[in-house]
Amino acid sequence: MKILVVDDEADVEPLFIQRFRKEIKSHEIEFDFALSGEAALEYLRGKHSEVVLILSDINMPGMSGIDLLSKIRHDYNVPPPVVMMITAYGDDENRRQAMENGANDFLTKPLDFNFLKEKLKTLII
Amino acid sequence: MDFFYFLAAFLLVNRLNKSLKFSPLQLKWKSLLRFSQWGIIVVYILCACYFDTTVNTFLGSALLLGIVIFIYRESDFETFKPLIYAHYPLIAVGFIIGITRLAVPDFVDDHENYFELSVVATFIWIFGRWATSKKQQEEIRLFGERNAELDILVAQRTEELTRQKNELEKTLDQLQTTQQQLIQSEKLASLGELTAGIAHEIQNPLNFVNNFSEVSIELIEEMEQELKEGNTEEVVAIVEDIKQNLEKIRHHGMRADGIVKGMLQHSRASSGQKEPVDINSLADEYFRLAYHGLRAKDKSFNSELVMNFDDQIPPVKAIPQDIGRVLLNLFTNAFYATQQKAKTANVDYKPTVEVSTKLIGNKSVEIKVKDNGTGIPDNIKDKILQPFFTTKPTGEGTGLGLSLSYDIVVKGHGGKIDIDSKEGEYTTFIITLPV
Repeated sequence: MKILVVDDEADVEPLFIQRFRKEIKSHEIEFDFALSGEAALEYLRGKHSEVVLILSDINMPGMSGIDLLSKIRHDYNVPPPVVMMITAYGDDENRRQAMENGANDFLTKPLDFNFLKEKLKTLII
Repeated sequence: MDFFYFLAAFLLVNRLNKSLKFSPLQLKWKSLLRFSQWGIIVVYILCACYFDTTVNTFLGSALLLGIVIFIYRESDFETFKPLIYAHYPLIAVGFIIGITRLAVPDFVDDHENYFELSVVATFIWIFGRWATSKKQQEEIRLFGERNAELDILVAQRTEELTRQKNELEKTLDQLQTTQQQLIQSEKLASLGELTAGIAHEIQNPLNFVNNFSEVSIELIEEMEQELKEGNTEEVVAIVEDIKQNLEKIRHHGMRADGIVKGMLQHSRASSGQKEPVDINSLADEYFRLAYHGLRAKDKSFNSELVMNFDDQIPPVKAIPQDIGRVLLNLFTNAFYATQQKAKTANVDYKPTVEVSTKLIGNKSVEIKVKDNGTGIPDNIKDKILQPFFTTKPTGEGTGLGLSLSYDIVVKGHGGKIDIDSKEGEYTTFIITLPV
């Protein structure tokens, strides 16, 4: 399963790689990273069919996670990737907007990786 | 006619006596003056009984002269000097008549009328002088009264002015205190703008610190397992990861540390000390804080952040807290302008705020803050730097941000602020600071 993580913080990459090192080692999960919404769209233009899940931060300079989500829902319907939104502002307004734009799930920072892993397991099955 | 000399002497003493009434000198002179008056009367009666006119004329004139000289020499009677002078003609006439009588008695007898006339005339002269001097004294007294009135008036005015001066000083004092309080509340207000941004900015590095340390604990447990199995190659790889994680922890710890320090610096009273400041990193820090601050208040708000920093810029001698406040204010305004425009603009509108720095001729540094927001209408362009001028709704802006910024840049750092704006399109603030 290929997961695209979109976050403007570069250190998200080593963090995910270490948190999921067992899964990566056993080739259960493969990660790719984008530092902005624009970069994510660029990436999807080439490889959208490979990506099963997109984990995106909402609060990014430039294109926000919500913008990215609505673009994905608009442009990549077949097959529709699972999109989970992550934000530091875990308020109702953000959640409402995320859900309205077609997010499959809504997570708040700081991320509980064990919880995330549980969620991913249900997806893999 | 010798009667007139005695009468003049009597009246002179009498007048002195009257004038001294109610004055502190009265006690000293009263009895002597009374005695002299009686003395003059007695002398006159004696003279009239025993001597002839010639002797009496001499005696009367001499008596008058004696009294006049006495008064003239006595400092207590200084003010009577003009009165004394009035007696000289009568005395002179007296002596002339006396001498003439002795020398040519017949001539005097032939021209009796003329001599009598001159005595009466000089006698009347005395009273003429008395009257005028009395009038003069009256005038002097009036002037004195007027003077006293004026003195009182001047004293009243002076007191009033002093009171007003004190009141003004007090008011000025209060104004200065209020100004300090306003500056402080403006600082707190901008700190309020920052709080959400700061919380967000600190939360991110803290998340990394927590995550990387948790992961490192897992890695160490794993490493122990691998060691037991003697899997050296794997252990080396894990050690490398742990090392990298510890570096990340340190990096993010420092990042949070820097933000907290910046926040403390912002709220702390300015030390007023100029120090070399890295304008680029200051601008970068406050740019993010301002953005996240607004973002935290308005979740739907988003803006493109464009940073174009000239890395040739040398450190600028400045007060970092003050310049930080200026930048924060400009950024907050810029984001606010784009946020306002986003409310009415169509979907294609992309809020963008750009900060750029540039070294100009090795002498000054230019910091440009540009937004594509609502712009500044022409009719308020000259007002935006005035204290308390704000376009924000009541309670949202203090109206002091730009005015304080102006003071900091122009008065505090010898720089300048230029504004360029087109209503509905863009606003550019350019701060120029000498290196």
